[in-house]
Amino acid sequence: MENVISPTKQSEPHSEMTPRLHTVQSLTHETRDTFTIELTPTDGGKPNRFAPGQFNMLYAFGVGEVPISISGDPDKPDRLIHTIREVGTVTKALAHLRVGSTIGVRGPYGTPWPIDKAKGNDLVIIAGGIGLAPLRPVLYSILSDRRKYGQVVLLYGTRSPSELLFRKELQKWRARFDLEVKITVDRAVDPWQGNVGVVTTLIPRVSFDPDQTTAMLCGPEVMMRFSIMELRKSGIPEENLFVSMERNMKCGCGLCGHCQCGPLFVCQDGPVFPYPQVKKLMNIREM
Amino acid sequence: MKDLGPYIKEHKFLQGMSNDHFDLLLGCASNVKFEAGEYICREGQEADKFYFVRHGRMAIELNLISQGAVTIQTIDPGEVLGWSWLFPPYVWHFDVRATELTRAIAMDAVCLRNKCEEDHNLGYEMMKRFAHVMTKRLAATRFQLLDVYGKRN
Ligand SMILES: Cc1cc2nc3c(=O)[nH]c(=O)nc-3n(C[C@H](O)[C@H](O)[C@H](O)COP(=O)(O)OP(=O)(O)OC[C@H]3O[C@@H](n4cnc5c(N)ncnc54)[C@H](O)[C@@H]3O)c2cc1C
Ligand code: FES
Repeated sequence: MENVISPTKQSEPHSEMTPRLHTVQSLTHETRDTFTIELTPTDGGKPNRFAPGQFNMLYAFGVGEVPISISGDPDKPDRLIHTIREVGTVTKALAHLRVGSTIGVRGPYGTPWPIDKAKGNDLVIIAGGIGLAPLRPVLYSILSDRRKYGQVVLLYGTRSPSELLFRKELQKWRARFDLEVKITVDRAVDPWQGNVGVVTTLIPRVSFDPDQTTAMLCGPEVMMRFSIMELRKSGIPEENLFVSMERNMKCGCGLCGHCQCGPLFVCQDGPVFPYPQVKKLMNIREM
Repeated sequence: MKDLGPYIKEHKFLQGMSNDHFDLLLGCASNVKFEAGEYICREGQEADKFYFVRHGRMAIELNLISQGAVTIQTIDPGEVLGWSWLFPPYVWHFDVRATELTRAIAMDAVCLRNKCEEDHNLGYEMMKRFAHVMTKRLAATRFQLLDVYGKRN
């Protein structure tokens, strides 16, 4: 639970449930249905600090509020960055924002990725689809402190080449000698020359020391389940696996019970969990 | 032929095989190279070979009228291409193309089938390894069909 940043401490005098107004500084389309927004507080202050893996509740006025992970660099606190996939009412409204529009932001909430605990270990980061967004801050943090980690591997799977997020950054990361990046898509047409196949097929193709490896996974739950099976086969102990869970949320801060999953509140006990803690819950459908 | 020995021995698919079996395999093996874009086999053609990929990448393609050639899987070094040679009617089910300069060991299917008939231990070893690859690919295909990155229902 290290690095957790409490919203109430950070955003005084705002209460935990009061959104802080933010202005849209830019909105960039990543893919057909996914975009990245950069926000600054309208009160002239700095955005609240966050730890990789935490999320904010973004409020589109008159439409609704949704939990969205922070996808920016924790060491660049001037702008708050979120990457959002348009799937329904609120995310569509957010997609129609313009530079200068105002939204409400509450947070950050939730548990972070265990990047301190992973120091000294090899690191396998597995992202599926929009799941790369909550993991991007992990990559920023690790690359800024690269010598503290062993091998670092990013495995990223998505549906097709046109749905790859953060293309320019992926290219830069691939060019580094201290980071192994493997990308795969479920299907492709020319001119894609890369891997085709599900993300699990990449796991046996990379090398890491299983006993000394921490793995962080974010993506659809079924993708995480299959990936965990493969990681376990390669010998990584269960307690070194961390997953980010998604459940519908309302308050985002442990008050309403909307995100309850068995004994856990995903908004407060998660969204990042050690795998053994949620192993039994990962198959449970949302109510 | 002699210098193919080390390539065969170090290929991931064949790890742990006995030396006798390696020698038998060697008798059916040849070294091959495909240029980027070159087709290795075409759907419906006789599957008279299969391949142990050493370098490069092969793309398994399916031709869809609406979209043209769609790659549904790629095969990387250390992996094996083809099991149609194992079962009648011994024809390829897909097109396969080298996406970059690719080197592989080609195995003559008739030669190897005959050796497997003669030496059932070799046949069993090969079957075990192919069965493993097939189950993995079946699981991967099922997973792929789920279209997990799409919208939740
Ligand atoms: C902790 C946490 C962090 C998250 N981080 C991000 C993030 O960084 N970026 C991001 O884009 N999303 C993220 N999400 C998911 C996001 O909150 C939802 O997509 C959003 O709440 C959907 O709201 P909506 O009103 O647009 O869609 P709704 O109107 O609620 O749903 C419309 C349709 O979309 C489907 N749908 C809803 N949610 C999803 C989903 N997540 N994936 C696929 N289909 C869905 C529904 O089943 C329904 O069919 C996160 C969720 C959680 C819990
Ligand atoms: S969303 Fe309200 S308790 Fe988690």
